[in-house]
Amino acid sequence: MTILLQLFVSFFQIGLFSIGGGYAAMPLIQAQTVEMHTWLTPLEFADLVTIAEMTPGPIAINSATFVGMRVAGIPGVLAATLGNILPSVIIMLMLARLYERYREQTLMKHILEGVRPTVVAAIFTAGLSLLKLAVGPISSLDYFALGVFITAFLFANGRKITLSPIILLLFGALGGIGWSALGF
Amino acid sequence: MSTKPVIDLKFYLKLFWTTFTLSLFTFGGGFVIVSLMRKKMVVQLGWIDDEEMMDFITIAQSSPGPIAVNASLMVGYHLAGVPGALVSTLGTILPPMVILSLISVGYEAVAENTWVKAAFHGMRAVVAAIVLQVTWALFRTLAETKKVLPLVLFAVAFIALFVFRVNIMVVMVMMVLLSILLSIREARKEKMR
Repeated sequence: MTILLQLFVSFFQIGLFSIGGGYAAMPLIQAQTVEMHTWLTPLEFADLVTIAEMTPGPIAINSATFVGMRVAGIPGVLAATLGNILPSVIIMLMLARLYERYREQTLMKHILEGVRPTVVAAIFTAGLSLLKLAVGPISSLDYFALGVFITAFLFANGRKITLSPIILLLFGALGGIGWSALGF
Repeated sequence: MSTKPVIDLKFYLKLFWTTFTLSLFTFGGGFVIVSLMRKKMVVQLGWIDDEEMMDFITIAQSSPGPIAVNASLMVGYHLAGVPGALVSTLGTILPPMVILSLISVGYEAVAENTWVKAAFHGMRAVVAAIVLQVTWALFRTLAETKKVLPLVLFAVAFIALFVFRVNIMVVMVMMVLLSILLSIREARKEKMR
Protein backbone atom coordinates (compact mmCIF):
# COMPACT_ATOMS: atom_id res chain seq x y z
CA MET A 1 0.00 0.00 0.00
CA THR A 2 1.44 3.36 -0.90
CA ILE A 3 2.11 5.86 1.84
CA LEU A 4 -0.56 8.26 0.56
CA LEU A 5 -3.22 5.58 0.75
CA GLN A 6 -2.07 4.64 4.26
CA LEU A 7 -2.36 8.28 5.37
CA PHE A 8 -5.80 8.53 3.80
CA VAL A 9 -7.08 5.33 5.44
CA SER A 10 -5.61 6.15 8.86
CA PHE A 11 -7.11 9.61 9.00
CA PHE A 12 -10.40 8.35 7.56
CA GLN A 13 -10.61 6.03 10.60
CA ILE A 14 -9.73 8.90 12.94
CA GLY A 15 -12.51 11.00 11.40
CA LEU A 16 -15.01 8.16 11.54
CA PHE A 17 -14.41 7.20 15.17
CA SER A 18 -13.86 10.59 16.80
CA ILE A 19 -17.34 11.01 18.21
CA GLY A 20 -17.94 13.67 20.84
CA GLY A 21 -15.74 16.44 19.57
CA GLY A 22 -12.78 18.30 21.00
CA TYR A 23 -10.34 15.94 22.56
CA ALA A 24 -12.08 12.76 21.39
CA ALA A 25 -9.83 12.58 18.33
CA MET A 26 -6.60 12.70 20.35
CA PRO A 27 -6.41 9.06 21.54
CA LEU A 28 -7.29 7.90 18.02
CA ILE A 29 -4.55 10.06 16.51
CA GLN A 30 -2.12 8.59 19.03
CA ALA A 31 -3.18 5.02 18.18
CA GLN A 32 -2.83 5.57 14.43
CA THR A 33 0.30 7.72 14.20
CA VAL A 34 2.39 6.39 17.10
CA GLU A 35 1.26 2.82 17.75
CA MET A 36 -0.10 1.39 14.48
CA HIS A 37 2.24 3.33 12.21
CA THR A 38 5.50 4.81 13.38
CA TRP A 39 5.02 8.19 11.77
CA LEU A 40 5.64 10.02 15.05
CA THR A 41 7.62 9.17 18.18
CA PRO A 42 5.68 9.49 21.46
CA LEU A 43 7.63 12.68 22.12
CA GLU A 44 6.75 14.13 18.71
CA PHE A 45 3.10 13.28 19.38
CA ALA A 46 3.24 15.22 22.66
CA ASP A 47 4.77 18.16 20.78
CA LEU A 48 2.03 17.89 18.16
CA VAL A 49 -0.69 18.12 20.84
CA THR A 50 1.14 21.15 22.25
CA ILE A 51 1.26 22.81 18.82
CA ALA A 52 -2.41 21.98 18.17
CA GLU A 53 -3.33 23.68 21.46
CA MET A 54 -1.61 26.87 20.33
CA THR A 55 -2.96 27.08 16.78
CA PRO A 56 -6.49 27.59 15.45
CA GLY A 57 -8.46 24.72 13.98
CA PRO A 58 -9.59 21.24 15.03
CA ILE A 59 -6.86 18.98 16.46
CA ALA A 60 -7.65 16.28 13.86
CA ILE A 61 -7.11 18.64 10.92
CA ASN A 62 -3.98 20.02 12.59
CA SER A 63 -2.63 16.51 13.09
CA ALA A 64 -3.54 15.36 9.58
CA THR A 65 -1.63 18.32 8.14
CA PHE A 66 1.37 17.96 10.46
CA VAL A 67 1.74 14.21 9.96
CA GLY A 68 0.92 14.34 6.24
CA MET A 69 3.57 17.01 5.66
CA ARG A 70 6.24 15.11 7.59
CA VAL A 71 5.54 11.76 5.97
CA ALA A 72 4.85 12.74 2.36
CA GLY A 73 4.94 16.53 1.85
CA ILE A 74 2.02 18.45 0.38
CA PRO A 75 0.42 15.37 -1.29
CA GLY A 76 0.52 13.80 2.19
CA VAL A 77 -1.27 16.83 3.66
CA LEU A 78 -4.01 16.55 1.06
CA ALA A 79 -4.42 12.76 1.44
CA ALA A 80 -4.55 12.88 5.25
CA THR A 81 -6.87 15.90 5.46
CA LEU A 82 -9.22 14.61 2.78
CA GLY A 83 -9.35 11.25 4.56
CA ASN A 84 -10.07 12.99 7.83
CA ILE A 85 -13.03 15.06 6.63
CA LEU A 86 -14.57 12.50 4.27
CA PRO A 87 -16.56 10.65 6.99
CA SER A 88 -17.89 14.03 8.17
CA VAL A 89 -18.88 15.01 4.64
CA ILE A 90 -20.72 11.74 3.99
CA ILE A 91 -22.46 11.53 7.38
CA MET A 92 -23.36 15.20 7.66
CA LEU A 93 -24.81 15.39 4.16
CA MET A 94 -26.97 12.38 5.00
CA LEU A 95 -28.05 13.86 8.32
CA ALA A 96 -28.61 17.30 6.77
CA ARG A 97 -30.99 15.75 4.25
CA LEU A 98 -32.80 13.88 7.03
CA TYR A 99 -32.88 17.02 9.16
CA GLU A 100 -34.62 19.04 6.49
CA ARG A 101 -37.26 16.29 6.45
CA TYR A 102 -37.68 15.11 10.02
CA ARG A 103 -35.77 17.55 12.23
CA GLU A 104 -34.77 14.92 14.74
CA GLN A 105 -32.35 12.08 15.10
CA THR A 106 -32.60 9.75 18.05
CA LEU A 107 -30.19 7.01 17.03
CA MET A 108 -27.20 9.38 16.80
CA LYS A 109 -28.03 10.73 20.25
CA HIS A 110 -28.15 7.21 21.67
CA ILE A 111 -24.84 6.31 20.07
CA LEU A 112 -23.27 9.48 21.47
CA GLU A 113 -24.54 8.71 24.96
CA GLY A 114 -23.33 5.12 24.67
CA VAL A 115 -19.79 5.96 23.59
CA ARG A 116 -19.27 8.98 25.84
CA PRO A 117 -17.88 6.90 28.76
CA THR A 118 -15.42 5.27 26.34
CA VAL A 119 -14.39 8.64 24.96
CA VAL A 120 -13.70 9.92 28.48
CA ALA A 121 -11.73 6.75 29.32
CA ALA A 122 -9.72 7.10 26.10
CA ILE A 123 -8.86 10.75 26.75
CA PHE A 124 -7.90 9.79 30.32
CA THR A 125 -5.58 7.06 29.02
CA ALA A 126 -4.00 9.44 26.51
CA GLY A 127 -3.60 12.07 29.25
CA LEU A 128 -1.83 9.55 31.49
CA SER A 129 0.59 8.63 28.72
CA LEU A 130 1.30 12.33 28.09
CA LEU A 131 1.92 12.76 31.83
CA LYS A 132 4.29 9.79 31.91
CA LEU A 133 6.14 11.22 28.94
CA ALA A 134 6.42 14.63 30.60
CA VAL A 135 7.58 13.60 34.07
CA GLY A 136 9.43 10.39 33.24
CA PRO A 137 9.34 7.06 35.09
CA ILE A 138 8.97 7.01 38.88
CA SER A 139 12.57 5.80 39.32
CA SER A 140 13.95 8.99 37.73
CA LEU A 141 11.21 11.55 38.22
CA ASP A 142 11.61 14.94 36.51
CA TYR A 143 10.76 17.19 39.46
CA PHE A 144 10.69 20.37 37.38
CA ALA A 145 8.11 18.86 35.00
CA LEU A 146 6.12 17.46 37.92
CA GLY A 147 6.00 20.92 39.51
CA VAL A 148 4.88 22.50 36.23
CA PHE A 149 2.24 19.79 35.82
CA ILE A 150 0.76 20.29 39.29
CA THR A 151 0.76 24.09 38.95
CA ALA A 152 -0.85 23.96 35.50
CA PHE A 153 -3.43 21.40 36.67
CA LEU A 154 -4.48 23.68 39.52
CA PHE A 155 -4.69 26.79 37.33
CA ALA A 156 -6.33 25.09 34.32
CA ASN A 157 -9.59 25.13 36.26
CA GLY A 158 -8.85 26.91 39.50
CA ARG A 159 -11.26 27.95 42.19
CA LYS A 160 -10.20 31.57 42.04
CA ILE A 161 -8.08 31.95 38.91
CA THR A 162 -8.55 30.01 35.69
CA LEU A 163 -5.95 30.58 33.00
CA SER A 164 -6.48 29.79 29.32
CA PRO A 165 -4.44 26.95 27.76
CA ILE A 166 -2.42 29.45 25.68
CA ILE A 167 -1.35 31.42 28.76
CA LEU A 168 -0.49 28.21 30.63
CA LEU A 169 1.58 26.98 27.70
CA LEU A 170 3.38 30.31 27.53
CA PHE A 171 4.29 30.03 31.21
CA GLY A 172 5.37 26.42 30.63
CA ALA A 173 7.62 27.44 27.74
CA LEU A 174 9.17 30.31 29.72
CA GLY A 175 9.62 28.01 32.71
CA GLY A 176 11.34 25.40 30.57
CA ILE A 177 13.67 27.98 29.03
CA GLY A 178 14.41 29.52 32.43
CA TRP A 179 15.11 26.11 33.97
CA SER A 180 17.47 25.29 31.11
CA ALA A 181 19.18 28.70 31.36
CA LEU A 182 19.84 28.05 35.06
CA GLY A 183 21.87 25.07 33.89
CA PHE A 184 19.67 22.18 34.95
CA MET B 1 -36.76 34.94 11.09
CA SER B 2 -33.89 34.21 8.80
CA THR B 3 -33.84 35.18 5.17
CA LYS B 4 -32.03 32.82 2.84
CA PRO B 5 -29.54 34.78 0.74
CA VAL B 6 -29.51 34.86 -3.05
CA ILE B 7 -27.18 32.11 -4.25
CA ASP B 8 -24.70 33.71 -6.61
CA LEU B 9 -20.92 33.93 -6.89
CA LYS B 10 -20.88 36.81 -4.43
CA PHE B 11 -22.69 34.65 -1.87
CA TYR B 12 -20.18 31.79 -2.24
CA LEU B 13 -17.28 34.21 -1.78
CA LYS B 14 -18.96 35.65 1.30
CA LEU B 15 -19.62 32.15 2.71
CA PHE B 16 -16.01 31.13 2.07
CA TRP B 17 -14.63 34.31 3.63
CA THR B 18 -16.92 34.01 6.68
CA THR B 19 -15.94 30.42 7.47
CA PHE B 20 -12.29 31.13 6.63
CA THR B 21 -12.01 34.04 9.10
CA LEU B 22 -14.02 32.15 11.76
CA SER B 23 -11.59 29.25 11.53
CA LEU B 24 -8.49 31.45 11.35
CA PHE B 25 -9.22 33.45 14.48
CA THR B 26 -10.75 30.77 16.67
CA PHE B 27 -8.48 29.24 19.24
CA GLY B 28 -9.67 26.71 21.74
CA GLY B 29 -11.55 24.02 19.92
CA GLY B 30 -14.94 23.19 18.50
CA PHE B 31 -17.19 24.66 21.18
CA VAL B 32 -15.69 28.11 20.81
CA ILE B 33 -16.00 28.15 17.04
CA VAL B 34 -19.65 27.02 16.99
CA SER B 35 -20.68 29.79 19.39
CA LEU B 36 -18.88 32.36 17.24
CA MET B 37 -20.45 30.80 14.15
CA ARG B 38 -23.88 31.29 15.70
CA LYS B 39 -23.11 34.93 16.37
CA LYS B 40 -21.96 35.51 12.80
CA MET B 41 -24.58 33.46 10.91
CA VAL B 42 -27.61 34.20 13.08
CA VAL B 43 -27.07 37.64 14.54
CA GLN B 44 -24.86 39.46 12.04
CA LEU B 45 -25.75 37.90 8.68
CA GLY B 46 -29.26 36.68 9.55
CA TRP B 47 -28.86 33.68 7.23
CA ILE B 48 -30.12 31.13 9.77
CA ASP B 49 -32.56 31.38 12.67
CA ASP B 50 -31.53 30.61 16.21
CA GLU B 51 -33.47 27.37 16.55
CA GLU B 52 -31.97 25.93 13.35
CA MET B 53 -28.48 26.89 14.48
CA MET B 54 -29.00 25.15 17.84
CA ASP B 55 -30.11 22.02 15.98
CA PHE B 56 -27.05 22.19 13.72
CA ILE B 57 -24.73 22.50 16.71
CA THR B 58 -26.37 19.53 18.45
CA ILE B 59 -26.07 17.39 15.33
CA ALA B 60 -22.46 18.53 14.75
CA GLN B 61 -21.54 17.58 18.30
CA SER B 62 -23.17 14.20 18.22
CA SER B 63 -21.68 13.05 14.93
CA PRO B 64 -18.23 11.71 14.07
CA GLY B 65 -15.51 14.15 13.03
CA PRO B 66 -14.38 17.63 14.09
CA ILE B 67 -17.29 19.74 15.41
CA ALA B 68 -16.21 22.85 13.48
CA VAL B 69 -16.12 20.93 10.18
CA ASN B 70 -19.48 19.26 10.90
CA ALA B 71 -21.15 22.57 11.79
CA SER B 72 -19.78 24.22 8.63
CA LEU B 73 -21.08 21.34 6.54
CA MET B 74 -24.57 21.66 8.04
CA VAL B 75 -24.70 25.43 7.63
CA GLY B 76 -23.35 25.36 4.08
CA TYR B 77 -25.77 22.60 3.04
CA HIS B 78 -28.71 24.38 4.60
CA LEU B 79 -27.91 27.59 2.74
CA ALA B 80 -26.91 26.30 -0.67
CA GLY B 81 -26.96 22.49 -0.87
CA VAL B 82 -23.87 20.41 -1.66
CA PRO B 83 -21.86 23.26 -3.29
CA GLY B 84 -22.51 25.40 -0.20
CA ALA B 85 -21.39 22.58 2.09
CA LEU B 86 -18.15 22.14 0.16
CA VAL B 87 -17.38 25.87 0.07
CA SER B 88 -17.91 26.35 3.81
CA THR B 89 -15.88 23.22 4.62
CA LEU B 90 -13.00 24.40 2.46
CA GLY B 91 -13.09 27.76 4.25
CA THR B 92 -12.96 25.99 7.61
CA ILE B 93 -10.09 23.58 6.91
CA LEU B 94 -7.84 25.87 4.87
CA PRO B 95 -6.42 28.01 7.72
CA PRO B 96 -5.26 25.08 9.90
CA MET B 97 -3.88 23.30 6.80
CA VAL B 98 -1.73 26.25 5.79
CA ILE B 99 -0.61 27.09 9.33
CA LEU B 100 0.28 23.51 10.30
CA SER B 101 2.09 22.89 7.00
CA LEU B 102 4.36 25.83 7.75
CA ILE B 103 4.82 24.75 11.38
CA SER B 104 5.61 21.19 10.32
CA VAL B 105 8.44 22.42 8.09
CA GLY B 106 9.65 24.79 10.83
CA TYR B 107 9.46 22.06 13.48
CA GLU B 108 11.90 19.84 11.61
CA ALA B 109 14.31 22.75 11.36
CA VAL B 110 14.20 23.79 15.04
CA ALA B 111 13.25 20.60 16.93
CA GLU B 112 16.88 19.94 17.92
CA ASN B 113 17.54 23.52 19.05
CA THR B 114 18.36 23.65 22.78
CA TRP B 115 15.97 26.50 23.58
CA VAL B 116 13.11 25.02 21.58
CA LYS B 117 13.67 21.72 23.38
CA ALA B 118 13.64 23.54 26.74
CA ALA B 119 10.37 25.31 25.86
CA PHE B 120 8.71 22.04 24.81
CA HIS B 121 10.05 20.40 28.00
CA GLY B 122 7.98 22.89 30.01
CA MET B 123 4.97 22.87 27.70
CA ARG B 124 4.73 19.08 27.66
CA ALA B 125 3.86 19.02 31.36
CA VAL B 126 1.28 21.78 30.79
CA VAL B 127 -0.39 19.83 27.98
CA ALA B 128 -0.63 16.74 30.20
CA ALA B 129 -2.27 18.94 32.85
CA ILE B 130 -4.75 20.44 30.36
CA VAL B 131 -5.75 17.03 29.01
CA LEU B 132 -6.20 15.52 32.48
CA GLN B 133 -8.16 18.59 33.61
CA VAL B 134 -10.46 18.12 30.60
CA THR B 135 -10.82 14.44 31.56
CA TRP B 136 -11.79 15.41 35.09
CA ALA B 137 -14.45 17.84 33.84
CA LEU B 138 -15.85 15.22 31.42
CA PHE B 139 -15.83 12.56 34.13
CA ARG B 140 -17.77 14.83 36.48
CA THR B 141 -20.54 15.31 33.90
CA LEU B 142 -20.68 11.51 33.55
CA ALA B 143 -20.93 11.07 37.31
CA GLU B 144 -23.52 13.83 37.69
CA THR B 145 -26.08 11.89 35.66
CA LYS B 146 -26.25 9.58 38.71
CA LYS B 147 -26.68 6.59 36.44
CA VAL B 148 -24.70 3.41 37.05
CA LEU B 149 -24.34 2.26 33.44
CA PRO B 150 -22.11 5.13 32.21
CA LEU B 151 -19.73 4.64 35.14
CA VAL B 152 -19.55 0.88 34.55
CA LEU B 153 -18.89 1.49 30.84
CA PHE B 154 -16.19 4.01 31.78
CA ALA B 155 -14.48 1.49 34.06
CA VAL B 156 -14.69 -1.30 31.47
CA ALA B 157 -13.33 0.94 28.71
CA PHE B 158 -10.53 2.28 30.92
CA ILE B 159 -9.38 -1.20 31.95
CA ALA B 160 -9.52 -2.39 28.33
CA LEU B 161 -7.53 0.61 27.09
CA PHE B 162 -5.08 1.21 29.92
CA VAL B 163 -4.45 -2.23 31.40
CA PHE B 164 -4.99 -4.55 28.45
CA ARG B 165 -3.98 -2.05 25.75
CA VAL B 166 -6.89 -3.02 23.51
CA ASN B 167 -6.96 -0.99 20.28
CA ILE B 168 -9.24 2.02 20.82
CA MET B 169 -11.13 1.45 17.58
CA VAL B 170 -12.08 -2.07 18.70
CA VAL B 171 -13.46 -0.65 21.95
CA MET B 172 -15.34 2.10 20.08
CA VAL B 173 -16.96 -0.34 17.65
CA MET B 174 -18.10 -2.55 20.55
CA MET B 175 -19.61 0.43 22.35
CA VAL B 176 -21.37 1.71 19.22
CA LEU B 177 -22.91 -1.74 18.67
CA LEU B 178 -23.93 -1.91 22.33
CA SER B 179 -25.59 1.53 22.14
CA ILE B 180 -27.51 0.54 19.02
CA LEU B 181 -28.74 -2.62 20.79
CA LEU B 182 -29.79 -0.64 23.86
CA SER B 183 -31.48 1.94 21.65
CA ILE B 184 -33.50 -0.78 19.86
CA ARG B 185 -34.48 -2.34 23.19
CA GLU B 186 -35.65 1.00 24.52
CA ALA B 187 -37.68 1.66 21.38
CA ARG B 188 -39.40 -1.72 21.85
CA LYS B 189 -40.19 -0.94 25.47
CA GLU B 190 -41.81 2.34 24.39
CA LYS B 191 -43.99 0.43 21.93
CA MET B 192 -45.13 -2.07 24.61
CA ARG B 193 -46.41 0.74 26.78
